Order: sequence, then C-alpha cells, then structure tokens
Amino acid sequence: MNRPFPPENGGCRSAPVLKERGQREVFCGLTGIIWLHRKMQDAFFLVVGSRTCAHLLQSAAGVMIFAEPRFGTAILEETDLAGMADAHAELDREVARLLERRPDIRQLFLVGSCPSEVIKIDLARAAERLSQVHAPHVRVLNYSGSGIETTFTQGEDACLASMVPVLKETTARELLLVGALPDVVEDQMVDLLTKMGITNLRLLPARRIDETTAVGPNTVFALTQPFLGDTHAALERRGARHITAPFPFGEEGTTAWLRAIATEFDVSEDLFDEVTSAPRARARKAIAQAAEALLGKSVFFFPDSQLEIPLARFLTRECGMSAIEVGSPYIHDALHGPDLDLLPHGPQIAEGQDVDKQLTRARNARPDLTVCGLGLANPLEAEGLSTKWAIELVFTPVHFYEQAGDLASLFARPLRRKSALRLEAAE
Amino acid sequence: MKLTVWTYEGPPHVGAMRVATAMKGLHFVLHAPQGDTYADLLFTMIERRDHRPPVSYTTFQARDLGSDTASLFKTAAQDAVDRFKPEAIIVGASCTAELIQDDPGGLTETMGLNIPVIPLELPSYTRKENFGADETFYQIVRTLAQPQERTAHISCNILGPTALGFRARDNVEEITGLLEDTGISVNVVAPFNAAPADIARLPAAHFNVLLAPETGEAACRWLEMNHGQPYTKTIPIGVGATRDFLAEVAEITSQRITPDESRLRLPWWSKSVDSTYLTGKRVFIFGDGTHAAAMARVARDEMGFEVVGLGCYNREMARPIRALAKDYGVDALITDDYLEVEAAIEKAAPEMILGTQMERHIGKRLGIPCAVISAPVHVQDYPARYSPVMGFEGANVLFDTLVHPLVMGLEEHLLTMFREDFEFHDAAGPSHHGGHSPKPAEDLSCSGQIKAEPAQANDVVVWLQDAEKELRKIPFFVRGKARRNTEAFATERGLSEISLDTLYEAKAHYAR
Repeated sequence: MNRPFPPENGGCRSAPVLKERGQREVFCGLTGIIWLHRKMQDAFFLVVGSRTCAHLLQSAAGVMIFAEPRFGTAILEETDLAGMADAHAELDREVARLLERRPDIRQLFLVGSCPSEVIKIDLARAAERLSQVHAPHVRVLNYSGSGIETTFTQGEDACLASMVPVLKETTARELLLVGALPDVVEDQMVDLLTKMGITNLRLLPARRIDETTAVGPNTVFALTQPFLGDTHAALERRGARHITAPFPFGEEGTTAWLRAIATEFDVSEDLFDEVTSAPRARARKAIAQAAEALLGKSVFFFPDSQLEIPLARFLTRECGMSAIEVGSPYIHDALHGPDLDLLPHGPQIAEGQDVDKQLTRARNARPDLTVCGLGLANPLEAEGLSTKWAIELVFTPVHFYEQAGDLASLFARPLRRKSALRLEAAE
Repeated sequence: MKLTVWTYEGPPHVGAMRVATAMKGLHFVLHAPQGDTYADLLFTMIERRDHRPPVSYTTFQARDLGSDTASLFKTAAQDAVDRFKPEAIIVGASCTAELIQDDPGGLTETMGLNIPVIPLELPSYTRKENFGADETFYQIVRTLAQPQERTAHISCNILGPTALGFRARDNVEEITGLLEDTGISVNVVAPFNAAPADIARLPAAHFNVLLAPETGEAACRWLEMNHGQPYTKTIPIGVGATRDFLAEVAEITSQRITPDESRLRLPWWSKSVDSTYLTGKRVFIFGDGTHAAAMARVARDEMGFEVVGLGCYNREMARPIRALAKDYGVDALITDDYLEVEAAIEKAAPEMILGTQMERHIGKRLGIPCAVISAPVHVQDYPARYSPVMGFEGANVLFDTLVHPLVMGLEEHLLTMFREDFEFHDAAGPSHHGGHSPKPAEDLSCSGQIKAEPAQANDVVVWLQDAEKELRKIPFFVRGKARRNTEAFATERGLSEISLDTLYEAKAHYAR
C-alpha cells in the first residue's frame, strides 16, 4: 500500500512542546527576497529600511551574483525620520527613478522592515498610491519582511499572502500549488500531476505577472512549503480549501503529498501507481545510497526555516536517523500536523529559541549531526560537532522524488567529509 | 532616502562588532530585533572564526514594542554577564533600537554591574561601519586606559586592526616583527586579540603605531592628547612606505634604525625583465581610503603601472584621496554607490582593477582582471598561508597579488607574436588560471562576420570593416586603449571614418 503508516510508538503531534523565547539566531523575513526575486522574473523588491537591511541581503546572498539584482534597499536617512510626508515623497521619487531605469519590471513589492514598521511608514497606502501612478504597466504591492514580525521563511509567506487579495476570481475547480520552488522542481511537480490527469492547475507565485493565477470557492490548494501559514489563511478567506498532507520531501513525503491531491481529484489507484512507481523506485534507490552515512546517527535541529519538522520526519523514517531535538521557529498544527503524526515519538519538539540554552542542550547531547544557521556552524564544528547549514536546505532543490537522494546527500556530506579527512599524523 | 543595491560598509553596530569580536574578555550587548544576528555569519563564515562573536542580541519582537523592551534589554545584559563573565561590556543599539530610544547605556548603569560598562552612540542613520568601529575602539580606550609609567625599554602599541579587516592577522605579525627587529618592543596590539586589561596598559608605551586609520585614528588622537603618545601616520604598505614608516619611527624614538631588508624581493622582481610588460599597465584603484592611497603609490612607483582611476568609498577619507588623485592626474571618485563605481571603471577601461570584493564582481562582468586590495572582502581573501600586505614581506606579497591576475610577461609576448593562432589566442586568458581552456576562435578568424564592439561614447566615428578586423587582432589587454586612442585621433582630425590607415597613423601618433 502507498499510505504511510504511523509510527508504532505514536507520533509527535501531541508531544509536549518546549516553548522558548530569548536570543534568536535566525534571519529576518527580508531574506526571502534572495530566492523570490529569481522566481518572479518581472518583479522588483524594494526594501524600505536601513543600511542594516541592505547589509543583511548582501550577506545572506553570500556573494553578489548579479551586477544589478532585482532588489534594493531605499535606505532611510536622518531627514526621513524627521517627517512622514517627506518619506512618502522620497519613496515616490525613488520608485519613479527605479521604474524608469528598469522597464522590464512589472510588479514592485514595497517591503517593510523593522525601522519602517517602528516609525510606521504606511507602505499599504504607498503601494496603493504608486499602483495608481504606474498602472497598468506595473502593479505595486506591499508586505513586511521585518525581523520584529517575520522569521526567515515567513518573508515568503508574507509576500505570497500579499498577492492573494489581488488574484483574479474564478469559479472553476482548480488546483492551486502554493510556494516558490526552483523551476526544475516545479516542472517535475506539474509533470507528475498532469500525468495523473490533473491539468487544471495554477501556481502561486507564477513566474510572471501575466500568468493567470486565480482563486475562488472551487479552488483547492496544496502547500509545497511548510512555512506558508498566512498565505494558507488568506486563501481560505478567498474561499479556497486546503488539501492537508505531509510535505513532499523524500519518497514517502512526496507520495503522501501526491496521494492527498490524487484522492481529492479521484485519480484511480492504478493510474497513481503507474505515474509514481518508477520515480518512487528511483527515489528509494537514491536515498538508500546517499543515506548510508546517516544510518543509526542522531540529529539535532536548531530552528531556522520551519522545514525542520518535515525534514526530521524524512531523516528518521527514510534515512534511519534518530532525532534528539527538533526546533522550529513556529509550529502551525494545520500545516505541520501531518508530519508530526508521522515523526516517531522521542525527540524534544521545541518552538522559538533561546540560543544559549539550546546550545547547552546540543553540547550535552553531542548529536552526530547538528542542523543550524551559518552563525553557529563553525563554532560548533570547532567543538567537534558535525553541522549542516540550514540555509542550504532552503536554497537547494530538495522537493519531490528526483531530489530525494540529493536531500539525503546534503545531510550525509558533512559526515562523509568528517570520515574522509585524515589530518592527524600517521602513527 | 537613497536606493542602494550593494553596500561597501554595514551599519555602525557592525563596526562595533568588529572591535568586540577582535578582542578577548569583552562582551557586546546589542539592543536589536530578530534578524540582526545575521552579522554573526560575517565572522564565522567569511573570516572562518571558530567561535561566536561575543554579542548578545536582545531580539525584541513587534509584540514587545508596546510593553517593555527596556527590561528585555536588562535581562539580556544580566544573562550575558552571568554566562560569559566578561571583564567589561559595551552596550549599544542597532538601527531599529535606536528608534525606540531605550538608552542601553543608562539602563545598564542602573544595574550595578561590577565590571566597566561602556555605552556606545552608534548613529545608524547618518554613519556607517568604519565609524562604528573607530568610535567603539575610542570609547573603550577612553574608559579603560590607565595613566602609568612608560616602559623602561622603548615600546609602542599597534592600534587599529579589527576583525574582518584586510589581512589584519598577518599585518600585525609582520609589523610586530619589523619593529622588534629594530629593537622596539610591542607593548599591546589592540583591538586585535587584546583584552580589557591590555587596554588599561596602553599608556605604558612610548608611542603608537596606527595601522588602520579607518578604525583606530580616534583612539590614537585621544592617546596623543591625553597620554602624550605620538602616533605614526605612514601606513607601511609597499617598499617605499615601509621605509618611510621606519624613518618616522626613527624620528619619534630618536633612534637609528637600519632595517633588515634581506627578505625583501619586490624591487628586484619589479626590475627583472619579465616585468617589462607591466610598464604602463592601466590600473583603476578603489577601496577604503587608506588602502587606495597606499596602493596608488605601489602601483605607480613600485610596479610601473599607470593609475587611471583612484577613489574610495568612505567619505571620511575624501579629502586626502582628492589631494592624492590630483598628484596622479586623475579625478578622485568618492562614492559608496556601486553602480557609479562600475560606470567609472567601464569608462576608464583599465587593464586591471585593484579593488574590493565589489570591484572583483565589476571586473568579472566587464572582463577586466582584478586584484583585491581592500575590505570588504570575501572568504577567499582570508588565506590560510601567511600573507601580510604590510612591511617587507607585505611588499613581496603585493608583487605577487598584482601580477597574478595578469597574463605572464613571456606569455604576453607570445600572444603578440601569434595573435590569431587558433589555439593560442588572447581570449584563452592567462595560462596559469583555470577555466580558460582555449575556445574555438571563430569570431576572430572568420572573415567578414566580425561582430562590432559597441563604440563607446562615440556615435560619429565609424569603423570600416578592415580597421575593425585589424583592431580585433590586437591583444585584448590593449584593445580598449587602441580603440579609444584611434577614435580620439580621428575625432581630433575631423575624420568620420576609421580606416586601416587611420588605425596605424594613430598607433604611430601615440607610440611611446
């Protein structure tokens, strides 16, 4: 049978959650711009913020890949802090200048930051005003990627949620696939669903503004990413219905995710097997090869992207690992519940962070692999712990069957490297 | 409001972090929202540091704003002191916390901590990273330095190097060695690897060596005023500057200094015949003011390059860089706008760029080799090997650094000889660089189908096909210059077309 069976000793859905607050070693929501601007090829992301915001984007991107990327920061200066009317006029001027130089831009996102939120620059009003000025060529929307409101991947959630109210209305029965995926993965997903006969599907975000993503009371939607809580709520407000499922990581997760959609669209068992059996076999084989280094090893997740719970489910059920602690910045039962059901009972589930306390727990537990942010990785390596950079799990294609082996490899590589290096003198 | 794509400097609190991270036994309590912890990765990833920066972030969120962010700050400060047991703490606010005006300094004062607390003013909306570092180090020195007797033996402090500096680790080692060779001992290096207790000992030195004016000058000025310690003004980058630096030290200490130059190789490497090809290479220099100025001298006087562009991103250094540019006969470029720098480089069409991480990208885009000579830099500019850019070994390192991106002298001669050879043509790039295997030279050798390069800033003069084809045969590293010279030559003479003859007449005209 294709259905994943729940763990014998029970899942983690009702396990007690350790809720902490304190210093958080995470990015803010602005970081999502790094991948969103590549996904939406006619969009520009204008952060209204400080030099810190610009510096963050530059540092999070790691290197400057593009001479003139489709994002930038309108840096607030002393004069902008003095009077509000002034800031709006300045913003209008910068936007006009930008759009003049970049006629290829069709959608502009005004992105709120910590300083713009604190001094209460009304970006919704600015977006409305600028939309009128630059319509119909450019649509202007706004969302907040500020650290005081969003953690890392929540920036994508806020961005997509801001698009939901302006999606066209439809009464057609359609499948809406929600979440920014690398094009190659998105194509695989569409191909699998199309082969099952599900052809009336739409994507959010679409690659370009002209693509007609619509929503309405007969829309059902599936989330491809576990951090889209606000988008989920916004779509439900438009009358769409969520197809609940584990997230499509690994062979089992992908099958469960596809099955939930197949069931919704009355795809026959035979057709489902016909479409999925070959890629499932490939995925299982690839995982088995890549996961050799992971078998019997323990893993500790620091909170980062909200991918932690589905990934812990993948590592424990498909790669033979045991989880010690699974930290997530936020846990959303409607989204993470199905994965928690499948995650074998045992690990500490943690929400939020007090980084020094969590580091103490990790040091005491001495996990074989620690999944954490870039700020913690080298210090932990220096203490002898193997680490996996969490951000790579967000930037790398890891969803669906054909990437399942790559996903296992991402976790295996630090362990393989550790055993490959022989740095001590020969005895 | 100013639109920024890439930035040369971070906000001032990142400068404060550079000082805190360089030091030992000091902790920084930063009032900041979630997300500002991104700055940790600059140190742990780019500089490969094996410990977390000693910074505690208060991590306030939207829901805290209505209630009590001030007590959040006090809790974070108390936790940091209890957990890390620092000898002293610095406290400050990042850009967002500056807006909510909690006054970290005042709050900490009320806590009755039994260690020195140094409050920082870091104006995020007017100043930048270098200012933040300079100001932080100055405040630390002002608070902790204790009046005391000078050491019996002549000694100095080395001041300015911070975390994330350009080759700070090796520069400190090189200059320490250089000074100790001349019989001057080093009392304290700071902030690099210094503890608060070391800062207290600063006034014991006879004078200060300022290695990084961007991050250490305010402290040096204060020590001069308040503890009577003179400080050196010459930055020992390059052969001439290192000799000048030693002369300055000799004057300050009234000592005869005869440096050991036995390991110095640059002068001969530059005189040897393979280096002939370096003559008059057109270089564009951009970085922080200190490095840009120092490298201009090295480039012109010690490598024999022609400086065709000079500038810096830190406005604090605008005045000296403008004056220096005048000496070099170029207009100074003072800007922190990356696109402006790119446009200036494109216009100057240099054969090599000496710049920062940003200019490396500009070079990549424009197809111009680039050597990195100044912060900000990326992980590949923190080499594992010993590679200072200061002192005599630094001069040797600079020779290699400036030659490496270029085609070798012997190779360049061969390129001129073979020009259109299908395997050995200039588009193949320097033979000692990877990823440049010879590509089929189709567009170079096939006749009639030559794709014209855009005629820059010239809409009037038209290149005839023969001349265009001949231009293509000229090695790429001089092609841009040949094109511009020929166009200028034609314009001067009122010609509307450039023929083969015009090309060679121009060549004869500009022959040097």
